[in-house]
Amino acid sequence: MFLFEHESLAATLTLPEAPTIVNLSRRAFLKRTALAAGSTFVLGVFSGCNDKSQPVWATRIPPQGTLADAGFQPNVLLGLNQAGDVFIVCPRSEMGQGIRTGMPAVIADELEADWSRVTVVQADGDPKYGKQDTDGSRSVRNHFDAWRAAGAAARAMLVTAAAQTWDTPVSECVAKNHVVKHTPTGRELAYGELAATAATLEAPESPPMKPREQWRYIGTELNGIDNRNIVTGQAGFGIDARAPGMVYASVERCPVIGGRVKKYDSKAALAVPGVTHVIPLPAATLPPAFNALGGLTVVATNTWATFKGREALQIEWDLGPNATYDSKPYRAALEKSARNRGKEIRSVGNITPVFEQAAKTVEAVYHVPMLAHAPMEPPNSLAWVKEDGTCEVWAPTQDPQAASATVAKALGIDVEKVTMHVTLLGGAFGRKSKPDYIAEAALVSKAVKAPVKLTWRREDEIQFDYYHAPSAQYLKAALDEQGKTTAWIHRTAFPSISATFSPNVTYASSGELGLGFTTMPFDIANMQCENSPAEAHIRIGWMRSVCNIQHGFAINAFAGELAHAAGRDQKEYLLDLIGPPRSLNALFKGERGAYGEDLKRYTYDTGRLRQVVELAAEKAGWGKEMPEGHGFGIAVHYSFVSYVAQVVHASVKDGQVQVHRVDCAVDCGTYVNPDRVKAQMEGAVVFGLTLALHGNITAHKGAVEQSNFHDYPLLRISETPEIQVHIVENQDLPPGGVGEPGVPPVAPALTNAILNITGKPVRELPIRLEEAS
Amino acid sequence: MNISMETVSTFQLSVNGQARVVEAPGEMPLLWVIRDLIGLTGTKFGCGIGLCGSCTVHLDGNATRSCVTPVSAVVGKEVTTIEGLSEDGSHPLQLAWNELNVPQCGYCQCGQIMNAAGWMSKNSDPTPADIDSNQSGNLCRCGTYPRIRAAILRAAEIGRR
Repeated sequence: MFLFEHESLAATLTLPEAPTIVNLSRRAFLKRTALAAGSTFVLGVFSGCNDKSQPVWATRIPPQGTLADAGFQPNVLLGLNQAGDVFIVCPRSEMGQGIRTGMPAVIADELEADWSRVTVVQADGDPKYGKQDTDGSRSVRNHFDAWRAAGAAARAMLVTAAAQTWDTPVSECVAKNHVVKHTPTGRELAYGELAATAATLEAPESPPMKPREQWRYIGTELNGIDNRNIVTGQAGFGIDARAPGMVYASVERCPVIGGRVKKYDSKAALAVPGVTHVIPLPAATLPPAFNALGGLTVVATNTWATFKGREALQIEWDLGPNATYDSKPYRAALEKSARNRGKEIRSVGNITPVFEQAAKTVEAVYHVPMLAHAPMEPPNSLAWVKEDGTCEVWAPTQDPQAASATVAKALGIDVEKVTMHVTLLGGAFGRKSKPDYIAEAALVSKAVKAPVKLTWRREDEIQFDYYHAPSAQYLKAALDEQGKTTAWIHRTAFPSISATFSPNVTYASSGELGLGFTTMPFDIANMQCENSPAEAHIRIGWMRSVCNIQHGFAINAFAGELAHAAGRDQKEYLLDLIGPPRSLNALFKGERGAYGEDLKRYTYDTGRLRQVVELAAEKAGWGKEMPEGHGFGIAVHYSFVSYVAQVVHASVKDGQVQVHRVDCAVDCGTYVNPDRVKAQMEGAVVFGLTLALHGNITAHKGAVEQSNFHDYPLLRISETPEIQVHIVENQDLPPGGVGEPGVPPVAPALTNAILNITGKPVRELPIRLEEAS
Repeated sequence: MNISMETVSTFQLSVNGQARVVEAPGEMPLLWVIRDLIGLTGTKFGCGIGLCGSCTVHLDGNATRSCVTPVSAVVGKEVTTIEGLSEDGSHPLQLAWNELNVPQCGYCQCGQIMNAAGWMSKNSDPTPADIDSNQSGNLCRCGTYPRIRAAILRAAEIGRR
């Protein structure tokens, strides 16, 4: 019996003998009451008796069955039983973006389901659910219509079932909030009563979908489905998964990627109370890909003993070929590479004569260091290799199918023999797309023949990450007599993520360059954009918004410098650089854009860029009088098919920068839950300020020098500005990404504010004020 | 090298009002006693060195980082974890956290709530500056800080009723 079972998570919302509880703000309560009118949903009684009644938890109707025994399952995402319980399978990983609320809301909306009857079931990586890889800000933008169709098909079948029952035309029957009504007579059948009949029907191929004015969950604020479990300590993260007979494990790895254990002595480790085994894991071969890194595993009866056991190990390492990697010379090499001619990626007009005739030229090199993901839940997993040769895993993973494939490869078994249960993820940001930590647990479980809970220390997480690539970018521009930018050179150099998976890669992939480099939106007559080579000596990976971080930084910071050089207002100059509203779809070769989007549906539209710039500026009060030492900065970036502009209000005093307020304007087209769009933008601002002010991973002799939050600090609440998010209402346009697009503009909006305050550019992250002042 | 020669001892603890007997080395942090030996998992591991606050519990009502508190130091004290903060999730902070949708991933939130519950028992009407100074030891990588600020003010309001 598992103590932790995901399917039961949403079903445990009602605690025994709990007072009746409502989980809604008063405003939402009223809205919801209207929605629920006529349904069987008892909206609960306030426990208090005064006017300002205490909002308490909603009474959800606990399901009487499970998805498995729900009689009506028109597709893999949805089940309905005769009691009227609706089960919706979420095939995306929840890591804080709110998808376990948003995705079911889309289906429930088209299904015309009563939200209080919905139980969310987490998909387990079975291929029948399709690709579950949860990254690239694509859950809603890639699946929105398919989810709607899944709900709409079920609704159409329930309506047909009712029509059959009454022997009336389908056109006389309407589904509304868990009930089908026969309009002429007012007769009603509840969804549960229709489940058995609906189950005998064929699913329609192209079911009619609701017109958007009838959407009632899509576009509406809904409280998080897991909120109660989270705030009461009942939520099941990976680290909380347990199995009978489980043992604990932790791995001591070679400090340099590609190194291996030369020899070791485990005597002292085995003497630590609770330690039972020390198990060598084979060293990873290069390129590292998703494979377990290898090292020495301490197995014990509790997590603490595994940590103490690791401290007691005596190990001599063969550091391998990356032991000379050092961030200082590497930074210089990157800059040198970026200053040289690179591989031509994009060329417009002819820059040479324009630079010769320029009234003014501006030149800059921008640096962004390596960055670690640092999710609050360190990597961990529970794996159980059983006697029958199968392997069952519970893991906080963004990509259960890649995790299953990696585990199968590590164990030498067929992927069908791996079951990957997806837990809640305690933050991920791209780190938990890489299943090295899951393969480790599987290997150890195989060795000890027991379920193994393997936990990374924070130090492991910081020192064995798949880092955001360090980068150097060279920019040069020509300005004419009026200060207009007439020519532009941009060269980007960073080690490619592809180098983590293939040997001898030195140039970036076109996918990486599509992240803000080839998609640079400025309307400049002469441009030369090049990619310069860089070698990887450590695992490089994708981190929230990926290469948009460095490209959004350099392009916006340089735009700020050009405005400064021209003596112009930053915002006005930025709009001039963007140029008139137009489609930039010609930047993409073929039918797909930089994020895989269908160019027939999506237009890369500079009009939308302009609009978010104007909106952020207006809301921030751009141009108003500021106190001494205070200033605004602005930046805008297109990524993951969404448009985000931010205005930062900062001040500089005695060499210290303070961020007072950030106004963030976002245009993501159609959105599902406006509250989560705002939350993602708030979070992105904090994430962006962390990398602007603090983030700096360095290597010395091949090993990462930072280890925990004292030397890899994250932004704290005391450093957090007021954040105002402004959503552009564009519900007629298809959905864009939300999780990542808020990150890229933060750092350059801040450095542009510093430039406006001090008159000096900031060209390196994290911001060091000695340099700025 | 830091080898513990300490042997395992028996400790009588009181956790959420319940008597618990555990066998552990005296230096084992309370965090791992709670999670691995007792099996209450709402208290989270974040950094192991008292820098992130995910592991916050109460000792006799005072917010404490359980990852740096040896089990030997809590004998005779009442340990309260998130599971014991309220019986039914009705602590004003828990209600406010839901009302304002504070959680993103949710991993740090039990620690945030336990930390706030600790200092708010002595300061039930905090200013925004009080919130920033008292919560600054609790990290949230998702960046829910603006909502935490608002939710603490909201909880104070709920608590006054």
